[in-house]
Amino acid sequence: MQQKSIVVPGARTEGALASYPSEALRVAITGGTSGLGLALVQEFLARGAHVAFVARGAERVDHIAQEHAGAHGIVGDVSAKDDIYPIAVQITGELGGLDILINNASDLGPTPLALLGDTDCLDFERAFATNVLGPFRLTKALLGALTASARENGAAVVLNISSDAATNAYSGWGAYGTSKAALLHLTRIWNEELASEGVHFVSLDPGDMDTPMHALAVPDGDPAVLKRPEMAAREVADAITATLAQCVPIGATEGDKP
Amino acid sequence: MIPASEPTQRPPDAKLLFIDKFGGITHIRRTSFDGLLGAGDLVVANDATPLPASLRGVHSPTGRPVEVRLAGRRSLDDVCDFTAIIFGAGDFHSRTEDRPAPPRLRTGDRMTLGPLSATIERLLDHPRLVGLHMDGPADAIWAGLARHGRPIQYAYVPVPLQLWDTWLPVAGRPVAFEPPSAGFALDWRTVERIRARGAVFATLTHTAGISSTGDIELDRKLPFDEPYRISKSTASAIESTRAHGGRIIAIGTTVVRALEHAASRDGRVRAGDGLATQRIGQTSRLRVVDAILTGVHEPGTSHHQLLQAFADGATMRRADKELDAMGYRTHEFGDSVLIERRPRGNQIIPD
Repeated sequence: MQQKSIVVPGARTEGALASYPSEALRVAITGGTSGLGLALVQEFLARGAHVAFVARGAERVDHIAQEHAGAHGIVGDVSAKDDIYPIAVQITGELGGLDILINNASDLGPTPLALLGDTDCLDFERAFATNVLGPFRLTKALLGALTASARENGAAVVLNISSDAATNAYSGWGAYGTSKAALLHLTRIWNEELASEGVHFVSLDPGDMDTPMHALAVPDGDPAVLKRPEMAAREVADAITATLAQCVPIGATEGDKP
Repeated sequence: MIPASEPTQRPPDAKLLFIDKFGGITHIRRTSFDGLLGAGDLVVANDATPLPASLRGVHSPTGRPVEVRLAGRRSLDDVCDFTAIIFGAGDFHSRTEDRPAPPRLRTGDRMTLGPLSATIERLLDHPRLVGLHMDGPADAIWAGLARHGRPIQYAYVPVPLQLWDTWLPVAGRPVAFEPPSAGFALDWRTVERIRARGAVFATLTHTAGISSTGDIELDRKLPFDEPYRISKSTASAIESTRAHGGRIIAIGTTVVRALEHAASRDGRVRAGDGLATQRIGQTSRLRVVDAILTGVHEPGTSHHQLLQAFADGATMRRADKELDAMGYRTHEFGDSVLIERRPRGNQIIPD
């Protein structure tokens, strides 16, 4: 993907820009076979990126990989500890490294949504395994590849898909909301610790979208008032491009920062 | 010496023997390694992840069990063709020296390795050594390696290694065959401290090969030719470090091999891909690397020979005695040694 000339307020226009001159961006997306994840696969392919996506269902992964030339399908469950390193081997092996990681796979907790007092511990644990532990483990396994990319190109980005339930206490969204709150804070601490290595962590709330997950959470909702996942995917991709454009290459002194 | 038998990358009590450029020896805690660095120094590590390169399977023509250990490759990007070492029945619990030979291998023989299938393309000049072609599309090979492959391991570590045991904190692309284990010493806190001292941290990618084949004759051929890649940013960090009089500290023998291979006579390091074919030893003149952090290597191994490019034979013998006396542990999960290169022009004391 060519570096887009998006103007970000305060960003330097030359010298400090992260540069991905000739090679396409290497992007990994979890939960990539439906909803926002699938839209992200399509959006990044359209922008010329090399894309690997991860999902649990082998048949669905094969189907999406066949339908999208150039996309690498990986079967794995980010909530399962033993799956993480095999997933990481495939991502970095197939893409030859990694510039962008999007932790998109999410678990709602109990469905239909339940009050916390009615939530099974197993459902609560599963939400945390998918929404917090999975992104932590996968990011940790991929940190070497991401920091290598940052040293070579100026910056790398991890984008974690968040939700307004991470900051607002909605009745019935206990497992999901608390796990997304933890993910939001995880993102902020990662960013605090790794900005000096050139890896930038971003949280993004894509809003209420017309996706299978939303239908599961709000079965009687009106899809017509919901955001199209394709629109949200464009916003996510733009946010990543803007983050890359703002980044100061590692090694630059404090005074060089915008 | 005692082999480290626990797969712990950074034991809190890890030791470091430091040989300074005049041959002086001191012992410190390995976690204080960054204290030996100065502002303007450059630390270069190998960011290759080891492939799960041990593949159990069946030799189709005979139906007999085999263990295939992927051991070499032509480029970083190819996942179809490998140099491989093949053992007969058994696994890492037996010492490699005691492993039975594979069934008689012929060109064109097929092997089923879990979900993977492979064909012997060439017999190389040893009954255990072959050129192997993995069948199928690249993504299927990656999936098969990731799910079926195990880290290569040796009998001195009794518990089966998990992928995370061999995965360095700074590890990126899965292109090596064994972990570039000198880098186990580096966690992110150490990288942070390196920067805080005004030193620079960089990496290259080198396809670290296997350390032992279980056969004396075959071990003499180690290391095999190893492809590597040096990024532009690392090459330019080396150039600016040298220009400002800083030192280049290599984390591991693979980094020495790659940097010295890529160096021109004036010590400039070329960015890009290369194939390290050289042997480094007592008579080698190092052009780039000023110091090496490495594991505790037994005399006689190719790793130990490489260290004699840094310190002369007499110094190495003194160090080996101290390593022994102080209970340093060998192998990838063991203790460490840091050696500064003796000053240029210093007379090499003959072995």
